[in-house]
Amino acid sequence: MADQFAALIIVVPLIASLFVPVFGWWKKKLCYPWVVAVLVIPLISSLSVLNTVMTTGKFSYRLGGWAPPWGIEYMLDHLSAFVLVIVSSISLIVAIYSKKSVEDNLPEKTVPFYTLFLLLVTGLMGIVITGDVFNLFVFLEISALSCYALIAIGEEGAPMATFNYIIIGTIGACFYLLGIGYLYIATGSLNMADLANILPDLYHSKVILVAFAFFTVGLAIKAGLFPLHTWLPDAYCTAPSAVSALIAPLMTKVAAYVMIRLMFTVFQPNFSVNMVPVMPILGWLSVMAIFWGGIKALAQTDLKRMLVYVVVAEVGYIVIGVSVANRMGLTGAILHIMNDAVMMACLFLVVGAILYKTGTREIHQLRHLNKKMPFTMAAFTITALSMCGIPPACGFFSKWYLILGTIEAGQWVWAAALLCSSLINAVLFFRVIECAYLKPMEPAYALNGGETKHEEIQRDEAPLTMLVPIVIMAAGVILLGIFSGKIISSVIQFAVPASF
Amino acid sequence: MDVLYSSRPLWAVLVSMIAAFLILATGEKNRNIRESWTIMAALAKFLIVFSMVPVILQGKVIEYTIVTFYPGLLLQFRIDAFGMLFGVIASSLWIATSFYSIGYVRGLNEHAQTRYFFAFAMCLSSTIGIAFSANLLTFLVFYEILTIATYPLVIHKESKEGIMGGRKYLAYTLTAGCVLLFAIGMIYYMTGTLDFKAGGFMAGSGSSTVLIMLFAMLIFGFGVKAGIMPMHEWLPTAMVAPTPVSALLHAVAVVKAGVFGCLRVILYVFGPGLLHDLGIWLIMAYIASFTIVVAGFLALGQDHLKRRLAFSTINNLAMIVLGAALLTKSSMTGGIIHMANHAFMKITLFFCAGAIHVKMHKDYVSQLDGLGRQMPLTMGAFAIGAIGLSGIPPMSGFISKWFLCLGALEANQIIFLFVFMTSAMLDVAFFFPIIYNSFFKKPMDDVAPHFDEAPMFMVIPLVITALLSIVFGIVPDAFFRFFSLTSLAVQNIMGVG
Repeated sequence: MADQFAALIIVVPLIASLFVPVFGWWKKKLCYPWVVAVLVIPLISSLSVLNTVMTTGKFSYRLGGWAPPWGIEYMLDHLSAFVLVIVSSISLIVAIYSKKSVEDNLPEKTVPFYTLFLLLVTGLMGIVITGDVFNLFVFLEISALSCYALIAIGEEGAPMATFNYIIIGTIGACFYLLGIGYLYIATGSLNMADLANILPDLYHSKVILVAFAFFTVGLAIKAGLFPLHTWLPDAYCTAPSAVSALIAPLMTKVAAYVMIRLMFTVFQPNFSVNMVPVMPILGWLSVMAIFWGGIKALAQTDLKRMLVYVVVAEVGYIVIGVSVANRMGLTGAILHIMNDAVMMACLFLVVGAILYKTGTREIHQLRHLNKKMPFTMAAFTITALSMCGIPPACGFFSKWYLILGTIEAGQWVWAAALLCSSLINAVLFFRVIECAYLKPMEPAYALNGGETKHEEIQRDEAPLTMLVPIVIMAAGVILLGIFSGKIISSVIQFAVPASF
Repeated sequence: MDVLYSSRPLWAVLVSMIAAFLILATGEKNRNIRESWTIMAALAKFLIVFSMVPVILQGKVIEYTIVTFYPGLLLQFRIDAFGMLFGVIASSLWIATSFYSIGYVRGLNEHAQTRYFFAFAMCLSSTIGIAFSANLLTFLVFYEILTIATYPLVIHKESKEGIMGGRKYLAYTLTAGCVLLFAIGMIYYMTGTLDFKAGGFMAGSGSSTVLIMLFAMLIFGFGVKAGIMPMHEWLPTAMVAPTPVSALLHAVAVVKAGVFGCLRVILYVFGPGLLHDLGIWLIMAYIASFTIVVAGFLALGQDHLKRRLAFSTINNLAMIVLGAALLTKSSMTGGIIHMANHAFMKITLFFCAGAIHVKMHKDYVSQLDGLGRQMPLTMGAFAIGAIGLSGIPPMSGFISKWFLCLGALEANQIIFLFVFMTSAMLDVAFFFPIIYNSFFKKPMDDVAPHFDEAPMFMVIPLVITALLSIVFGIVPDAFFRFFSLTSLAVQNIMGVG
């Protein structure tokens, strides 16, 4: 039964996306409930898959019943099931949230929006679930193409940003495709498990080394790792709110997932860590990503643009966890895939809600927002504290494991970069919190008897379809932190390669 | 050592956190209900904490595990005598401060009172968490929560000054938090454990260079909150906060959490034996002595009453650290008991400063001439606290000074005896003019010649804390069993080390 759930995760949103135009042609208003209803199924399925994996261990699903080396296989282990749950839950939350944002921003484009939305989700989940490197490329392209289109319907400047993204994204995909080609030439196989068996004999081959290099570059582009991140800020920033809230948490994380998958499943950890000098390179690039992202974020006055640069820095966190190549570091990286997805989703949802209500994203115009939108701002504050690594929010725990990983690897500068990044985040987010919560700097505080003037500020909270997802995400930030021990002991520790 | 497994430590922490959310839910409209949550939580917290004292005094420890991440990496409460002492200090003084706060914020008609009481309750929750932490990770978690929970109180006035004070506060404490995170990660990597152990657990786990660096990092991390120079700058700046905040947090909870952390590091992580071998105890002692003397001199120059008290706090906190750093039985006893004694005396002084502020809107030492005639209770309590801090019997300050001086002699370091003496002189020099001016000088024009005190909500708590500091000077073991707890803690440490 669980096998069928694995298929449902992909098939349901894929087929459902084709029905969106039908519903839209009949009645536009039906698109939204349809998409939300459809996205519940992958969530339930992936939870059930995760449950199966936790109780009986990993299993594979043969699509159409074809035997693995030739047919396409879905590979469901702790890592993929875990990431699937993240992707499916966040896409459902964002779908619920999208109602007002789409009505407000894109009244003309509701139907294409939801069609593409489902396709994007299909692509992301396909990337995670598949056990076939070429099939992975297909899903990568499905998600990328729908993503280009979704970004392009955004605000002014979006077409140009999308154009950049298309060019660089396609180059990234080409690198990945070439890598597959080389692997196929050398091994004659595209199945991950099969490749993992064949490859160890070929590790000295130059073809394999080149393939590995191409994979790394291709995925670094897709993950937006410095210095290949240049497409990311504009694209994510100009996209419509609901789109940013979907792609900012998920796209880069899924690319990081593929990186972990290729480096530690398709290739053996021994090869990726010891035989090619890729880990130090990635690690130092991540350090630069953290600082570059942080510094650029400091320079922004636009809240959304600031967050976009924080995304660039956060990619650095995950890649550092991968590049220290030990149990603690990778635990931190996988934990951070989840934590960062939740935190970023929450922050982008908040920004979308603020934009919807106030029409501005400028930080200095956010005054008195704590009175206007108390719940939204509370969610923002909780997530911001999590970004600064304040326990018991989840950001603290991934940071803790990442730091343990860097200490174990003896990489002091990387550890320092992670610590500095929390401080930079503190500056970034407290600037926003100060603006939103505190009164504009007044020259004198009336000492005698509370004669300070309070302007009457009406509460003007975001609509429920926006507020509920935001509050759920903020609660998630705290709960995932409190239960991080449970998550690690029951899922993540099995997702880390046994050889670590 | 007998271990008692109980969830009481968890409830002691949670009770004020729950109250914090009830306060938030009640809001500004039902002020009396909101304040009753604070009072109820304060009483409940104290009762829970105090109910565990007899168990601790039997030599047992109380343990509760919240969650385990990896072997040796877990969030856990374990109450020993030292943690209990801090827990009793913080929770008992919260009761006094709760009443006082109500008088203060209503007397001044402060804005954002809900936020104020919410943050206050969160602070207390994390302070008790710190007191009861079983290991460095748990300690760090609550330490960071405390940092953030204090921030809304520091910026409470939302004036330019307040916001700047808040920024400075965060810059110091968050940096410290990062350094601590790294150091604690290192310790976990080197030893595989983070559990506090009387007498230390770091011996033999690394080269002396690494150990010294780790010690420096930990002391830096905790020393920031403890106001050890040169990391003290945030403390006087944070005096812009409302006075009850300065009283409980910047004299008792927050800064004491820093001192508590320093003492945990010195006595329970590294341990006297290891510090003797490394030879850094003497450096530590000199740094603390420097802080004591310089803070004393700086206090002389402050006209703002609360800033003067802030420097006196820095001075006294360094004395506690010096007591621990001397590593002898008496000095430790003196240092640890001074945590309690200083808390009661200093909170009295801050309460007085707040009462003067609410009643007279006066903040400067130079404005207090003749105030003793109008506010005899307040100024009397102030005199008791000030005399006590100068180490004059029969106030409780004498007890701690006595043990500290004995400790300096036991350590064969006569120079530190002079440090304690100088400090006492300086205390007299910056406190006695206030007493003299308020009682013996001709009243200023705006001082009423008859009895006209601050609201009773404020006066009663400060009278009680002042009386208690006399009681503890005569019977150090009265009510709260501070002396028994201290000797038990010292016994545990010396028994191993």
